[in-house]
Amino acid sequence: MPQRLPIILFALAMAAIPFIPGMPPFWIVLLDNIGLSALVAMGLVLLTGVGGLTSFGQAAFCGFGAYTTAVLTTAYGVSPWLTLPLSLLVSGIAAVLLGLVTVRLSGHYLPLGTIAWGLGLFYLFSKLEFLGRNDGISGIPPLSIGSFRMIDPGAIYFAIWTAVLVCALLTTNLLDSRTGRAIRALRRGHIAAEAFGVQAPRAKLLVFIYAAVLAGLSGWLYAHFQRAANPTPFGAQAGIEYLFIAVVGGAGYVWGGVLGAAIVVILKEILQSYLPYLFHGEGQLETIVFGILLVVLLQLAPAGVWPWLTARLPLKPNRKRPDTSLTLPASHKVPAAAGVLLRIDQARKRFGGVIAVNNVSFDVKTREIVALIGPNGAGKSTTFNLITGVLTSSGGTISVFDKKIDNAPPQEVVKLGIARTFQHVKLVPEMSVLENVAIGAHLRGHAGALSSMFRLDRSDEARLLAEAARQIERVGLGKEIDQLAGSLSLGQQRIVEIARALCVDPMLLLLDEPAAGLRHLEKQQLARLLRQLRDGGMSVLLVEHDMGFVMNLADRVVVLDFGTKIAEGTPQAIKTNPEVIKAYLGAVA
Amino acid sequence: MLFLVQDGITNGAIYALLGLALVLVFAVTRVILIPQGEFVTYGALTYASLSAGQMPGTARLALAMGIVAFGLDLFAGRKSLHVRLIGRAFAVNIFLPAVIFALTFWLAGRHPPIAVNIALSLLIVAAIGLFLYRIAFQPLAHTSVLVLLIASVGCHLALQGFGLVFFGAEGQRGPTIADTAFTVGPLRFTGQSIAVYAITIAFIVALWLFFGFTLYGKALRATAVNRLGARLVGIRTTLSGQIAFLLASVIGAISGILIVPITTLYYDTGFLIGLKGFIAAIIGGLVSYPLTAVAALLVGCVEAFSSFYASNFKEVIVFTLIIPVLLLRSLAAPAVEEEKD
Repeated sequence: MPQRLPIILFALAMAAIPFIPGMPPFWIVLLDNIGLSALVAMGLVLLTGVGGLTSFGQAAFCGFGAYTTAVLTTAYGVSPWLTLPLSLLVSGIAAVLLGLVTVRLSGHYLPLGTIAWGLGLFYLFSKLEFLGRNDGISGIPPLSIGSFRMIDPGAIYFAIWTAVLVCALLTTNLLDSRTGRAIRALRRGHIAAEAFGVQAPRAKLLVFIYAAVLAGLSGWLYAHFQRAANPTPFGAQAGIEYLFIAVVGGAGYVWGGVLGAAIVVILKEILQSYLPYLFHGEGQLETIVFGILLVVLLQLAPAGVWPWLTARLPLKPNRKRPDTSLTLPASHKVPAAAGVLLRIDQARKRFGGVIAVNNVSFDVKTREIVALIGPNGAGKSTTFNLITGVLTSSGGTISVFDKKIDNAPPQEVVKLGIARTFQHVKLVPEMSVLENVAIGAHLRGHAGALSSMFRLDRSDEARLLAEAARQIERVGLGKEIDQLAGSLSLGQQRIVEIARALCVDPMLLLLDEPAAGLRHLEKQQLARLLRQLRDGGMSVLLVEHDMGFVMNLADRVVVLDFGTKIAEGTPQAIKTNPEVIKAYLGAVA
Repeated sequence: MLFLVQDGITNGAIYALLGLALVLVFAVTRVILIPQGEFVTYGALTYASLSAGQMPGTARLALAMGIVAFGLDLFAGRKSLHVRLIGRAFAVNIFLPAVIFALTFWLAGRHPPIAVNIALSLLIVAAIGLFLYRIAFQPLAHTSVLVLLIASVGCHLALQGFGLVFFGAEGQRGPTIADTAFTVGPLRFTGQSIAVYAITIAFIVALWLFFGFTLYGKALRATAVNRLGARLVGIRTTLSGQIAFLLASVIGAISGILIVPITTLYYDTGFLIGLKGFIAAIIGGLVSYPLTAVAALLVGCVEAFSSFYASNFKEVIVFTLIIPVLLLRSLAAPAVEEEKD
């Protein structure tokens, strides 16, 4: 297990530190604090760096964890170990309630919302009688195993760092799974993820709860470490500091959270203990220097210190090739008899005063390639968005095998066996080609978040990756399978999108300008692939501007102009249709 | 009842000014300007110090930041250093703050009229705002909103720390701008509160004119929409950022000068005031000026009422007020979200 080796070494090193003779106890306290912050930061990495949801309110979740155990152990005499699940549960429930409200917030509203409830909860903690108001609760019993009481910092050190290591492992496992890919896809907008069946709001809520539970765990440990809980460490200031830690360390990296915690905690400690000597105790100097150093650090490494560091290490991750002999069961059966697969009847879409799609009707039969062409702004992509449920139509019906589907959400449309690509490529640039394509198979896997964290998803996962690898091979990108999607040329990225759509095992493939950015040979290759797919039983509806490509490939062509269908027929008929020529070249003078 | 509304509107007007500045800076630079609160305290306490005949430390800070900015300008232009570039960098970064510093030094203790003190305070804080952008944010202009936000918090910490060094932990008050007062029915209007209203309205109108009808205003809006596009048509986006920060610091300083005669300000008061302006800006969606102004008045009124009826939970009420508003806003506009970075 070569990729586990660094982690094992790290764990051994951390376990050995307290036994180094002459180790100042003060350093152990520092390490305890680093571990506590690292736990919260790890949650933030998942939430903010990976999921794209910025939260200033994590400190408040620590507060839930800490106060739960504080109240239960002091007022009701419950054993600290029994309060652990309760602390996590309370943080989790708080996260569900706050998450249901805030996760829906889009864009910049979300971080601002979290500041708001972060501050609100802080003031609430400091005003409630049973939480001891501003003084908080003291006299919390220490953790103990049998007669071993973890009173001194060196003892609880093991509890804290075990928690950090276990959580780091669980988090990395989670990220490297079906659920993890869905979470990682969220940051780049959710349209692409939803087109493959990811329930974006649910995935967001999941990371929100996960981050809150990690914070709750940190709070629980903190309460038994300090043996007291008061509102200050759970305020807005602390919430902001956790975000510092995540960003400084590298917001997209689990170990960045740990590194960031080490940097920030040690930096603050050094500043607090040495600056007064240098400048004779002028107040708040450490905040000045800390603030300035923070800005300098961000200017030097805007993506965080962890990626900056790993880019300089000669370590290359050796990726395992998926075993392509594993197969997934086919998900959609195309009836053998020829028939109408997709029927669009009088579809209509209005944006304010503009009618982008005006009563358009056409159909796609089984085993047929239909091309949708027309000048820019003709409403082709809008039609795609109506079919796939990205946009809601203003009128008309869309049906698959005579079953009405209009205005079904994208996650439902893909379940019917309709998969698509996008005109503007929507891949996750920092994920590998394999991982991007595997998102396409999202609905064909079943492993949930918990089973992924404990690695119970491996057989499910192996089949998904095998399917993804097969589709990548099929579209001819086998060599780039481990490249980051962002490093490919635009043409190749379009092909990756096709592979991703093929992972759905669709009956109907919707391709939005698949040949744009391809070279001549690549276009021929693509045409061959599409013919193969059709002969294998798939239908294809494509939007394309390359007339040579379309006319050679399509069985039928539908022409739109200004949102209206102006012609439909075989390529031969369309080439000579006067309406079409007029639309493309203007009126003949 | 009515006096609570009046109190709320006076505070709300200040929040409105700050909210406008935040919207402005965010729209142009994508920076959520947490140090806005420091501009408020710096403006207020610089003015108070000058009025008390003391030399404010902020003048020194402006000079020091100017020197750093000069160094950065030289470093950034090291590949093509020529006399004009050095001359311009020197004029803006060294000469300007040096003149301000000399002027402050000369005037401190001579008890100049209030108008001179105000002008000088504005100049000092404006210089700080300008250099803050050059030093902290210009090198980060290409990064994500999150990184900019963290840098913004870093600046807030540093500036707040400097505030304590310069002005001490003691609160200060400044002299009023106008001493007149009159009563209408049950309400008593002071000259100061009239000044608050007048200046807020003046600023809203001025910003509207600036953005609607001037070339620089339009350039700023263009930068806000699309940095690359703006650069392609010849707009210097760094200049846009500098103008935005300049305006924000002046607005912050004015707000500070307006309230320091009414309430005692401490070196760290600005943060909370800025935060409330921020809430107004959020309710305005960080894009709309009139909506921000209205929201600020609302925040001011809610604050006034809750501090009267439930002073213990004043902050809880003010800060949780925005969640339903945010929810309504994001439900009202669930626009098709394109990928962003």
